[in-house]
Amino acid sequence: MNSARILFSKPWIWSFAATVIVWVVTVLFTGGASSLGLSQAALTFAAFSVIVGIGQMFVITLGPGNIDLSVPATMTLSGTLALKLMDVQDSMIVVGLLVSILLGFAIGIGNYVLIKLLRIPPIIATLSMSFIIQSTAIWTNRGLRIKPPEVLANFTTSSLFGIPNIAIVALILSGIAWVLLEKTIYGRWISAIGQSTFAARMTGIPVDGTRLVTYILCAILASICGYLLASFSGGAALNMGSEYLLMSIAVVVIGGTAVAGGNSNIPGIWGASLFMFLVVSMLNTYGFGAGFRLILTGIIIIAVILVAGGRRANR
Amino acid sequence: MKISSGTIRLIIPAASLALLLAAVFYMQPRAMSYTGLNLLFNLAVPIALATVAQMLIMAVNDLDLSMGTFVSFCACVAATFLQSSPAIGVLILLGAIAAYAAIGVVIHIRELPSIVVTLGMSFVWGGLAVLILPSPGGEAPGWTRWLMTSRPPFVPMAIVASVVIAVVTHFLIMRSSVGVLIRGVGGNVRSVERAGWSVIRIRAGTYALAGFFAVLSGIALVGLTTSADANIALRYTLLSIAGVILGGGEFVGGKVSPIGAVIGALTLTLAGSFLSFMRISPDWQIGAQGAILIVVLALRLFLNRLEKREKSR
Amino acid sequence: MPGVCRTTNDVSRMNDVTARPEVVAARGIKVTFGAVKALDGADLVIHAGECVGLVGHNGAGKSTIVNVINGGLTPHAGDISYGGNVGQHGISAARANGVRCVFQELSLCPNLIVNENARIMHAELAGWNWRAKALALVERQLREIFPGHGIDCDSTVDDLSIAERQMVEIAISFAGLHDRPKLVILDEPTSSLDAGLAAQLMAYIRRFVGEGGSVLLISHILGEILSTSDRIVVMKDGRVVADRPASEFSTRTLVEAMGNVVREKEWLRSSDKRGGTAALSMPARRGHGLPFEAHRGEMIGLAGLGGHGQTEMLLDLYLSRNGNWWPARKGEIAFVAGDRSLNGTFPLWSILNNLSIASLGNLSSRSIVDQGRETSLGDGWKKRIEIRTPDMENRILSLSGGNQQKVLFARALATTAGIVLMDDPMRGVDVGTKQEVYEILRSEAANGRTFIWYSTEMDEIRLCDRVYVFREGSIVAELVGNEITEQNVLAASFSGGEAA
Repeated sequence: MNSARILFSKPWIWSFAATVIVWVVTVLFTGGASSLGLSQAALTFAAFSVIVGIGQMFVITLGPGNIDLSVPATMTLSGTLALKLMDVQDSMIVVGLLVSILLGFAIGIGNYVLIKLLRIPPIIATLSMSFIIQSTAIWTNRGLRIKPPEVLANFTTSSLFGIPNIAIVALILSGIAWVLLEKTIYGRWISAIGQSTFAARMTGIPVDGTRLVTYILCAILASICGYLLASFSGGAALNMGSEYLLMSIAVVVIGGTAVAGGNSNIPGIWGASLFMFLVVSMLNTYGFGAGFRLILTGIIIIAVILVAGGRRANR
Repeated sequence: MKISSGTIRLIIPAASLALLLAAVFYMQPRAMSYTGLNLLFNLAVPIALATVAQMLIMAVNDLDLSMGTFVSFCACVAATFLQSSPAIGVLILLGAIAAYAAIGVVIHIRELPSIVVTLGMSFVWGGLAVLILPSPGGEAPGWTRWLMTSRPPFVPMAIVASVVIAVVTHFLIMRSSVGVLIRGVGGNVRSVERAGWSVIRIRAGTYALAGFFAVLSGIALVGLTTSADANIALRYTLLSIAGVILGGGEFVGGKVSPIGAVIGALTLTLAGSFLSFMRISPDWQIGAQGAILIVVLALRLFLNRLEKREKSR
Repeated sequence: MPGVCRTTNDVSRMNDVTARPEVVAARGIKVTFGAVKALDGADLVIHAGECVGLVGHNGAGKSTIVNVINGGLTPHAGDISYGGNVGQHGISAARANGVRCVFQELSLCPNLIVNENARIMHAELAGWNWRAKALALVERQLREIFPGHGIDCDSTVDDLSIAERQMVEIAISFAGLHDRPKLVILDEPTSSLDAGLAAQLMAYIRRFVGEGGSVLLISHILGEILSTSDRIVVMKDGRVVADRPASEFSTRTLVEAMGNVVREKEWLRSSDKRGGTAALSMPARRGHGLPFEAHRGEMIGLAGLGGHGQTEMLLDLYLSRNGNWWPARKGEIAFVAGDRSLNGTFPLWSILNNLSIASLGNLSSRSIVDQGRETSLGDGWKKRIEIRTPDMENRILSLSGGNQQKVLFARALATTAGIVLMDDPMRGVDVGTKQEVYEILRSEAANGRTFIWYSTEMDEIRLCDRVYVFREGSIVAELVGNEITEQNVLAASFSGGEAA
């Protein structure tokens, strides 16, 4: 009884409940035949949203106005650049990953330099940055589609004990992020900054340093995701990141992270990511056209927020 | 004479627009004509209207991420229903405005983050647009076509319309007693509430007004392009936000400027033409737009600092 | 208090007043927030033509009953009537019955012009020339309350000083286009005003009351309450514990009625601790005045009129010794905020997290926070500074204002910092809490901690070893030991001669 109440006071429980319902509804339609394939697909595609979602969540935790719109462009550039560099050679896999991470590092710094130097809201700074990154990606890509190294491609598309490797990677990254958020000083700091930047500054928290690290973290996660996604889908495409702009924000909020900042949670990102994928596949299964699918996706997002937001309002 | 801080906020966007215009004229002197100006600012009208709509939402400390899909939706309605059976078209658009008001109410009552609700709505509007026009097509109603392509004497339509939009919205939002309430909600909700106003109604009204301007934007867009498709205005979401910011508006605190927003929209429109005059490789067109945005904002920061130094002296 | 003429027959005036019609009557009001009884059967009746002073500690229920009267809060039990009519309640009903309220925190819209703010407060300002009407209304009222104010009513509120904002808000509340307000509630109206402006306001209150209006005055400055009110209501623990004519009270009896008998202990100043190198120093501000210096174990007061550069100096001292990009290797300096909601508490967090945030470096190994050590730190300080809560895991906002302030003190004192900066931290804190904190400060200073204490209250300045008096952004006088007297501080704050 008491544990049930604790469970229901968690903001992430709603996204998981919704996920289970959608999963059941979809599986019921196919008479249970698709349950394994559906779950695997859901885990794989959710994993990509989870990786970018975690980065976005750290940024959103920093408080009102903090958001990273350069996520999709970063993914695209990272995927393009890494594949070009690796040039189908298995020996370059690690180098490619390192370059991706380095790229994320640089973009994160670039984002924060713009925010800090120009004193502009992050939404505009990261948007301007994303234009530049996107152009660089177009310039690098030149319409060529380079395949990923075979080992990497196999790794991203296979699974271990039935769990897709990508999902395992995302799980490990989530674990690290959880420790970072819940157990470390850094986690306390970003939460404090999200609640009141000035108060955080006056308790000795190095606000700019912490925010810089957070933007770097977000960009690195986006880079890693771009690297994995490009390898998974057999090559980088210029629009491969585009759907992750709205997705990365949607999963954070549906997952129960406070948009006002200071309060975040990682399990919710998983719930929300699984949910977002399952909704689309459920609508596909039921044979809805693209228009209906979009409308229903939107309505469900709003409905979930209404339920979850209501909980938050009662706090 | 003391210059109000609102006027100072306008100087920067106006100066950036003038600078950009001068650069364009320098590179392409032929643009300095009736036809040239018309071409340069042709697409400014729908962008300006969408920017004003976004500005209204930002005046009450919210942000509308569905602006692009909503304008697309309105354009689709305008190119189909409004053209074939005007009564139904008008009803649909009125319904859309009512939906905007409803969104405002929901956001207010449940204290939801506007970014997320409008994010959800962007899917809804996008889906509706796809349902109405699964493939590009439709036809602009004759009167919008006439209005948008009319050629008033001396000054091109795009500029006349922009001035009209700026003046009308300035009176509505900066001068009228209703506009004060809208900006008051952005500045300090509690004080408006304590003064006995219904903030729900103000917010609903603001959203409805924003919806109205966005509908006008969709109609104007169709008037220019003659046909529509479901993705016609997707970039308006980011353009409108950038336009408000370029025009000296702020994300929170009810600090907005309708004249600035229109100028911001004109600047963004001009930036596109500027880049093609510069013969920048298409690869870098988007990047250069980002760079222009950064330069203008840097300029604004610099001038703000200058002003502050003057003040403290 | 100048400008207020007291008649000798206060009691008979009282009797006249009670015969007048009721403007607002709240009877048997009960309000609970969770387990906390904010109001426990409180009665408050205000008649036409009287000024009622309302005093009580933090948590006594003053703000709550104000919120009930102005319609912002619906009581769980009890009746509220406006002008004798029961049954209507809410913000609009209160306003329709002429009740206006000036809140403790400033509540203008900072992005609007002064006259636009008047439009927000006065719905009847509409139509084509509403701007001219609003301007005339505000300017007339400002002239009437604060003659010679010098406020430009065409400027944005953002551009006004805090005192000017408070003046504007007060003026807008007293103004009326068609009807003047019947009751104006003033919650700490003089908190940002200097003595001259406060006196003008008090004088105006008397005129307003004399013309038949009513005022409910809440202030921690008992002198204001005593000289301006006709009647004083004392609240304690959600009830009214005394309700008598002002003439029957004195400062001492008021404090007694509030429930805390404060005996001013003369505390022995330790010997002069100056000597050796300074623990903290700063050259003269803005190139004139005296330099600042602090030594180990000293308690240094920053005095002078409010807003003359004390807070700015504290911020400079703090920020210059605290990186914004990299955590300070070892925290040598801590800060106690005065404005809790602005730069003090983290509202989403528990009391414990709020307390430990500044000392996380000492509570963790390899950046991982040791929760056991954190809890024991919290329990230790809960006992030492007496934070009144059943559980340190409760949210910080479940505490009363005074207890939240204690948490902020504990946050600073729990660090290893040798220097503690305090930015008027006792603002709006009840007397009991103050005494408890003073004790702890003394013992900490005896252990070698340096305190730099900006305070607007003379009693606190007198506790210091050494006092710097500020005027117009720089230090104009240094007082040591027995030189620290109200007279000396005032003389330095106001003196017009050469500063250095």
